[in-house]
Amino acid sequence: MLSYFKDIGLGIITVLNSMWVACRHFFTRSVTLQYPTEKWTMPERARAKLFNKIEDCIGCSQCARVCPTRCITIKTEKRGKDEPEILASDGTPIKLRTYIYDIDMALCCYCGLCTFSCPTHCLQMTPAYEYSVYAIKDHIYQFAKEKPLSVRAPAEPTTASF
Amino acid sequence: MQSIAQLLQLIPKYDTLPEIWRLLIPILVSCLLFFALMALAVLFLVWLERKISAHIQDRLGPMYVGGWHGWAQTLADALKLLLKEDIVPDATDKLLFKMAPFIVFLGAFAAYVVIPFGVSSIVTDLNIGILYVVALGSLSVVGIIMAGWASNNKYSLYGGMRAAAQIISYEIPAAVAIMTVIIPVGSLSMVDIVNAQSGGIQNWFIFRNPFTFLAFFIYFIASLAEVNRTPFDIPEAESELVAGFHTEYSGMRFAFFFLAEYANMLLVTCVATTLFLGGWTSVLPGGSQLIPGPILFFLKAFAIIFVQMWLRWSVPRLRVDQLMYLSWKVLLPISFALVLGVGWLAVR
Repeated sequence: MLSYFKDIGLGIITVLNSMWVACRHFFTRSVTLQYPTEKWTMPERARAKLFNKIEDCIGCSQCARVCPTRCITIKTEKRGKDEPEILASDGTPIKLRTYIYDIDMALCCYCGLCTFSCPTHCLQMTPAYEYSVYAIKDHIYQFAKEKPLSVRAPAEPTTASF
Repeated sequence: MQSIAQLLQLIPKYDTLPEIWRLLIPILVSCLLFFALMALAVLFLVWLERKISAHIQDRLGPMYVGGWHGWAQTLADALKLLLKEDIVPDATDKLLFKMAPFIVFLGAFAAYVVIPFGVSSIVTDLNIGILYVVALGSLSVVGIIMAGWASNNKYSLYGGMRAAAQIISYEIPAAVAIMTVIIPVGSLSMVDIVNAQSGGIQNWFIFRNPFTFLAFFIYFIASLAEVNRTPFDIPEAESELVAGFHTEYSGMRFAFFFLAEYANMLLVTCVATTLFLGGWTSVLPGGSQLIPGPILFFLKAFAIIFVQMWLRWSVPRLRVDQLMYLSWKVLLPISFALVLGVGWLAVR
């Protein structure tokens, strides 16, 4: 008989206790982020979308070789002897003309190996993370600006080949 | 309804209408009025429930639709439900399946007839008012078990049977707790019960003596079970029964179940307000009415509804055996003891 009343008392205390917990949470600030209007402040060196500063790129293709998903496509040609000598910002002479430098961000696995291998540090990951598109082809970003002299560049953007 | 009839007198040539129309029109008008009020209250309650549950879980809840804190979210949801395809599964008992939501709804809707929202804001003051409410509470069981049976789905049937067992069990402590109020008042009429509590907060039955104080909590717990709210929501326990008796329902029929659920919730809080919290009467001891009666009534009712929602996010769902234990071995003996105590006070 005593345990019957004990159980009732314990039940009441438990319910009141859990109500107190719920009440405390009712008055705590919500953790929801109203995403399109409020955004995360990304860390300064966050590793998201790839960016290549093509002026510093020497066309060495190390990034394309190290990429585990082969999302980088590079095509280069030798610059002519008569052309003026150009240097990357760290002083490395640029001897190749990079006329195709395509990164397929749909394939990228964000490992960042390409940025470590880049000798002139022109390929970097930026904190930009909002670049969703409607067509998967729009995920191919073309960084090359120069036109080739020897070969005709294909009109269509190249996809990474497996 | 008298006040509605008086308002209708203002329409020109109203007196020249035939007798039958003069009888029917006030009924229809009050029906429409109550339906509109109830739909509005339910839309508000669903929004409130979503906001309260969100904030208890450190979320924000609906924020976009309508601008200010997503106030139009439930309106949009209701419109969506009404526009959806009306699906009646192939192997169901068509007639019962279609009837069930409306019967559940009817049980909630018809009971509003005797709820006194204010001095003259009552459809009709039946002399058996509270008995009528208790009786109509059983009507929703019929609808729920109809839905469970007609769906031809094991989860629905389980839900329906559980709802029937639960509602019938918990009606007894609820009715006995109501008796603790009826004994000192000596009347079943809702208006008489409210009038017996006029004159300030110390005259409300919840604060009048320890027996009715406990009876309020017993009625509150039992009413939670009667309207299938957590911790007593085993008829529609999502984790076990998909959605219980309304598993097979969608679109408008589901909306009617939803409407009935929240209307029932409002109904039991209205009854609790009338019986224990003094209905429309003032809080101040002098009895001077600063806030209009109906507004005060709804403030009290919404305070109880807030506690219902608060409890929902505090307490986990009971097991079936725990549910029965609570009803038959805890609430029922205590409520009988309370009736004896109130009776002793009455004859002392």
